[in-house]
Amino acid sequence: MASIRLVGVSKHFGDVKAVDNVTLDIADRDFMILLGPSGCGKSTLLRTIAGLEDLTAGEVWIGDTMVNDIEPKDRDVSMVFQSYALYPHKTVRANIEFPLKVRGVDKAERTAEADNAADILGLTPYLDRRPGALSGGQRQRVALARAIVRRPAVFCMDEPLSNLDAKLRSETRAELVAIHDRLDATFVYVTHDQVEAMTMGNRIAVMREGMIEQVGAPSDVYDKPASVFVAQFIGTPPMNIFPAGSLESGSHLVGARPEHTTFTDRMDGSVAATVTLVEHLGHELQVVCRIDDEYRAIVRLPAGTSIPDSGAEVRVAATEEHRHRFDATSGLRIDR
Amino acid sequence: MRHLVSESIGDGPMGATLKRKWREAPLALVMLGPSLVVLVTFVLYPLGRAVWLGQQRCNVQGKNCRSVGWGQYTDVLSSNEFQHALVVTLKFALITVPLGLFLGVGLAVLADKHLRGMRFFRTIFSSTIATSVAVASLMWLFLLQPSVGVLANVSWLNSIFPVIKEPGLLNDPGTALWSVGISSVWANLGFTFILVTAGLQGIPRELHESAYVDGASGWMRFTNVTLPLLSPTLLFTSVVLTSRAFQAYGEMDLLTNGGPVPQDSTTTVTYLIYGSSSIIKNNDGLQAAVAVLLFVILLGLSALQFRGFGKRVHYGS
Repeated sequence: MASIRLVGVSKHFGDVKAVDNVTLDIADRDFMILLGPSGCGKSTLLRTIAGLEDLTAGEVWIGDTMVNDIEPKDRDVSMVFQSYALYPHKTVRANIEFPLKVRGVDKAERTAEADNAADILGLTPYLDRRPGALSGGQRQRVALARAIVRRPAVFCMDEPLSNLDAKLRSETRAELVAIHDRLDATFVYVTHDQVEAMTMGNRIAVMREGMIEQVGAPSDVYDKPASVFVAQFIGTPPMNIFPAGSLESGSHLVGARPEHTTFTDRMDGSVAATVTLVEHLGHELQVVCRIDDEYRAIVRLPAGTSIPDSGAEVRVAATEEHRHRFDATSGLRIDR
Repeated sequence: MRHLVSESIGDGPMGATLKRKWREAPLALVMLGPSLVVLVTFVLYPLGRAVWLGQQRCNVQGKNCRSVGWGQYTDVLSSNEFQHALVVTLKFALITVPLGLFLGVGLAVLADKHLRGMRFFRTIFSSTIATSVAVASLMWLFLLQPSVGVLANVSWLNSIFPVIKEPGLLNDPGTALWSVGISSVWANLGFTFILVTAGLQGIPRELHESAYVDGASGWMRFTNVTLPLLSPTLLFTSVVLTSRAFQAYGEMDLLTNGGPVPQDSTTTVTYLIYGSSSIIKNNDGLQAAVAVLLFVILLGLSALQFRGFGKRVHYGS
């Protein structure tokens, strides 16, 4: 098994800085999530680890070896793609065996390893089928089986669940975590889905415009976001940001999660807003309020709570112990 | 009972559908009319006319054609001239189709690399698609002509291959078909290159990347990913190239006139039909019989290609 170390890694495509001077340590057996919006450079960073992109600058270390000039096949890395990248003309068994076949593993061992991987992922009944005859979830499992069959030290996964429906995605999330525990390998997992990030990873690196905005455990990233960007990217609905000067914040921006934001009658420590939308989600209500042209706040309430009508003038406040402060210019967190 | 059933059909949903279909028939005919007219005028009538002509024989001026019976087809089939032309055509196809496919795939795979300047090479490789057979043949004539041709003036090449100068590649019975074949391969290369390039671009990049990360060498990626996923394009291209080889005429007419004589080394079936020095020149009936036989042979060959290679062709997921 192996740790991964990225030192000042940059990848530029012409003038576009897809990855810009990223330094990141991923411990052995970590389940590291690279999280960020589309185009933030997370997939490119993953591909630099796998060896599919040449670096513009920096160093990539896997274990004790700098792998900048080492071919992907010699990095002991497996990759699972968003599209699964299964060979449509090969059977499930041939797909799973392929990494072993190209490495010259003999037929008997290949068969045994493929059977084992298929068994782990519940693919045994489908070994003789072609990928075209499988559902999206089954194809995704075949891609996973092909990745685990040669037992690499590092698994690189590029949004492998994004083509699945919501129910299957939630089931597969749990299975992936179980596979990680079982394999004791280092996982680097790219997603733009913060629910995947929060539920699967033991560490999250939030990326923005080619750079890492924050690295930490899911609870750290949620409870102590390093910037307004992270605060608003993690959490559904995102953290409310109140304008500088409101909620007795002085010159700072104030953030509060929707569950810590309330309606109040008090004038002090609150901000005036207009209710624009009430969403009934069954188990809870979400009341969207407009503070001004730039800011809005969402108040999360239990189902059955009496709520103001759409268009009502209200005052919104946040509980003091749950307030986050951010610099109004840089957007960075200010710890009290 | 029968009456009841027919009544129930007439009034039921099936009856209503039938009635509606009959009502819409005139409109359908009007809509189909233009296509039908084109199909009948340019395909079905000429085909029927050619089949009919194939059992007629005309005098040396190509006039006074009279029916001699359907046995003319078997006469043509068993004639030395037709069999010789068929063998030449087969040889021509065996030279041009594999070589054209090999070169087309090779160049397309080379040009598929994301390297600087590749666009220039793609343009060069595909340029022959815009070159007519006449222009291509004249160009090759200037290259191969034994007295003033470009190759004839390369002395070191002449010393290795004296046939270039005497009697000339196009005049030697052993090299004429190969020479015409190579000019044909060159002329068709742009077509093959463009089709294979399009096929290559349809292969998802992740499949290659996945194989690359898994440790597959370039050759393994070519045989395990590129070739299988290119197979529909290769089948289509090989069928078209075979059909073109069997119908090639311009090259023979301009480069060799079906010769050199007396071996008639480049008298293909198509040249036998149209060629100015063909033995059946002006005989519409025999020409039509040969054309119909060529059509049947090509139909059979295409079916064979689809049946033979069909199982090895993968149409993706």
